[in-house]
Amino acid sequence: MVKDTKPKLAVYKFSSCDGCQLSILDLEDELLALTGAVEIAFFLEARRKVQPGPYDIGLVEGSISTPEEAERIVQVRKECKYLVTIGACATSGGIQALKNWADVEEYKRIVYASPKYIQTLDTASPVAAYVLVDFELRGCPVNKYQLVEVITAFVAGRRPQIPTYPVCLECKREGNVCVMVTDGAPCLGPITQAGCGAICPSFGRSCYACFGPSESSAAEMLCNHCEKTGTDKPTIVRMLRSFNGYLEPFKQVGDEYERQTVKNH
Amino acid sequence: MITAVAERPCMVCGDGSPMEPAWARIVAFHQESSNTASYSLQFVDPEKRKQYQFLPGQFNMVYLFGVGEAAISISSDPTCCDTLVHTIRHVGSVTFAMNKLKEGQCVGLRGPFGSHWPLESCRGRDILLVAGGIGIAPLRPAIYQLLKNRDQYGRVILLYGVRSPQDMIFKEEVEEWQERRDFQVLITVDYPSEEWTGPVGVVTKLLRRVRLDSQRTSVFVCGPRVMNRAAAHSFLSHYVPEDQIYVSLERNMRCGIGQCGHCQYGPKFVCKDGPIFSYASVRNLFGKDEV
Amino acid sequence: MKNRVLYTIDKRELDKLIGILVRDGFKVVGPTIRDGAITYEEIESTRQLPVGWTDEQEAGKYRLKRRDDDNLFGYVVGPHSLKKFLFPPKQRLFGIKKSGEDGFVFEARQPEPPRYAFLGVRACDLAAVDVQDRVFKQAMSDPYYAKARNEAIFIAVNCPEPGGTCFCASMGTGPRCSTGFDIALTELKTTFTAEVGSTRGQELIEALEHETTDANTSHLVDLMMDIASEHMGRSLDTNDLPSILLENLQHHHWSDVAKRCMSCANCTFACPTCFCSNIEDQTDLTGEHAERWRTWGSCFTLEFSYHTGGYSRSSPAARYRQWLTHKLASWHEQFGVSGCVGCGRCITWCPVGIDITKEATVIADDYRQSRSRQESASLEEVGS
Repeated sequence: MVKDTKPKLAVYKFSSCDGCQLSILDLEDELLALTGAVEIAFFLEARRKVQPGPYDIGLVEGSISTPEEAERIVQVRKECKYLVTIGACATSGGIQALKNWADVEEYKRIVYASPKYIQTLDTASPVAAYVLVDFELRGCPVNKYQLVEVITAFVAGRRPQIPTYPVCLECKREGNVCVMVTDGAPCLGPITQAGCGAICPSFGRSCYACFGPSESSAAEMLCNHCEKTGTDKPTIVRMLRSFNGYLEPFKQVGDEYERQTVKNH
Repeated sequence: MITAVAERPCMVCGDGSPMEPAWARIVAFHQESSNTASYSLQFVDPEKRKQYQFLPGQFNMVYLFGVGEAAISISSDPTCCDTLVHTIRHVGSVTFAMNKLKEGQCVGLRGPFGSHWPLESCRGRDILLVAGGIGIAPLRPAIYQLLKNRDQYGRVILLYGVRSPQDMIFKEEVEEWQERRDFQVLITVDYPSEEWTGPVGVVTKLLRRVRLDSQRTSVFVCGPRVMNRAAAHSFLSHYVPEDQIYVSLERNMRCGIGQCGHCQYGPKFVCKDGPIFSYASVRNLFGKDEV
Repeated sequence: MKNRVLYTIDKRELDKLIGILVRDGFKVVGPTIRDGAITYEEIESTRQLPVGWTDEQEAGKYRLKRRDDDNLFGYVVGPHSLKKFLFPPKQRLFGIKKSGEDGFVFEARQPEPPRYAFLGVRACDLAAVDVQDRVFKQAMSDPYYAKARNEAIFIAVNCPEPGGTCFCASMGTGPRCSTGFDIALTELKTTFTAEVGSTRGQELIEALEHETTDANTSHLVDLMMDIASEHMGRSLDTNDLPSILLENLQHHHWSDVAKRCMSCANCTFACPTCFCSNIEDQTDLTGEHAERWRTWGSCFTLEFSYHTGGYSRSSPAARYRQWLTHKLASWHEQFGVSGCVGCGRCITWCPVGIDITKEATVIADDYRQSRSRQESASLEEVGS
């Protein structure tokens, strides 16, 4: 294949921990194939050399948390033909979105010596809240095989095969024993999108919902059940508000449980 | 001989398992409309080419390297199985990718699968074919058979509904059929062009233009869900017997052999019990939501 | 009841049996303790069996408990069934490579199965294999399934102590193994009685130290199994059930269940007869290689009912209805048997404890009662 005809790939960072970008570098075996299939034109974490846009495919990591980011994402959208968000931050606001339930001014006062230098938005939001996104890849961090699948599908011109069903399907295909049934552990697997390969339940630990809500995510049913079997309301709120707490239906159910908690006190 | 084979023909596939495709080459290509094309295919392996037979209304699983597989009906003459034709509208990811293929390239095929239009048992009866859009493709093999054995049937009528005159497929052939005195062909469009002088509206409206002898008529229906539903119900209201209304249904068929479960429709596997069902056999399910 | 010939073998002979099977090239699969449950895994000795353990099962709940004896098979079925061996959860069906301008060559094909010997499997497990045979061993058979299943040896165990979610007696599949086994054992204090179901089973018994079971012991086994039938944790009235369910597709109870059901698909994967799968075609980044994979699929996922133009079953209520009516009703029309063998796995392993016997009974009872009300009303009319 002639080098020039390869699609140009750009990788952008917004408010994030860089973990999802590292998943690209972590590809190891597939990295050579990746550079064979696409031209890595803009990827500051990996190389200083930058090719000018426009780009065929843009991968965006991180949430939109500052006024500068809110402007920059619009530029990014303009220079990318196909825009993919990678990871929980870019797709749901991520851990930072916890501030959406808090007083940001108060946080600034507590954390920073000179809060006046801090420019931040009141909310940390998913990229899709600002611009049109062509595909959202879930996970904290993303699964590298899913990342390869998204890029492969783009190169082949087909839809990425990323399941939206719950973790339980992956978990039981692995032959795992259900931790909810044997331990009574409140596991978020039934309401969380598959993709991680059921890592936590494979080690006897409940699912934390790194991949966010699944299709028709039954957060309400699961939380009702957990409450009935002894999990208290504040714990349920904390369970839902982690990596993807700002995505529905986690947000709505979490808010409802918080309201009930406040009422009870 | 009405049909090439009396029994359901054997499936042709790869040599390892029923889920492996056999390779077939695109030997000819014909653009039917802006989004629809016909592909003539020949199995690469001469043995498989010889072995392959199908009945009107049956379908193949068409595999595109690296993209996936889709169930597509066969639109050619069942007496010439050496070359078979798939007429494909480019809508899904597989069919869309098909658009990029050129003559000489290969696709994978498994098939044929499914039930067929009951040409044998309908001998001596009037045959009314109702096609909507791409739905004419699985009816075309039946039309070839009916015309070839024209003396064995009563009246043969085709009601064909398309979105606009430009969306009509098999255009030249349809015009030839219209010339015939022993085949009544009526066409209606949803959106007429300036030159269009024919009927406008849904295909069931054409029924008014046909003299229907309901007790001696068998109806073959193939079109979008809404059309199938409307057509079946209007024939029922015209007293065509339930077991003489045949409808080709569509579901997501993945394996073709009743093992993956995707195409279940109540107790039916659309891939092997269908896709063609008599209304009587699906009466309890037909038109119901969420089954 | 047919006249059963039983042999008595000492419990210690079981290790000899495993040794023979391993020597003959079989992978011996049996119950063993893993992650707080009794699962089916490859074993090499009776020491790996859950000796002296039992399980307590309820809807959505499973706990291991010590027994007060050292029985080898003093429990019922766990989260696994034979399905994971005969119909693997993830399997590559083929791999192909581009070759030349427009040709393709097969690089990999569906693998060959190992020869399995299933030890300690139950009557419901055997019944489930018979049910799956009707899916995968038809005219168009799955080569892996057919070969694995045909070559497998089944050393089954009868269930004298049914579990909390068992209802095989209602489904007519247990607790005593009636067919589909090479040997069916019943565990007594220091011995097993063994019923032979095939020539292979007879050969294996011949290789062990055995004697014909005396009439008293044989009678004791019959008695144990009769008592077991009457002590099922659950029951289901299957009278007219298929037609009742199919006539009640609009019953409000389907949406009541959907208020609890998470559509998580655990029931379908725990079920030993559920056979649905996803077919996935993949490529690598070079675009030179492609593979087809088959993975367990479930009618509880939205994607499962996808077709051009939408989803056939978009609501969780419709998906639960599909699963339950398929299992207990439409399976009969498809395969001539019920899709449910009464093993109770879907009840135990539902994370929120939805109980198929209860949900089906709510609808069936409602219908039966309203019908009997109508009947008595019309009788009164006739009488007056």
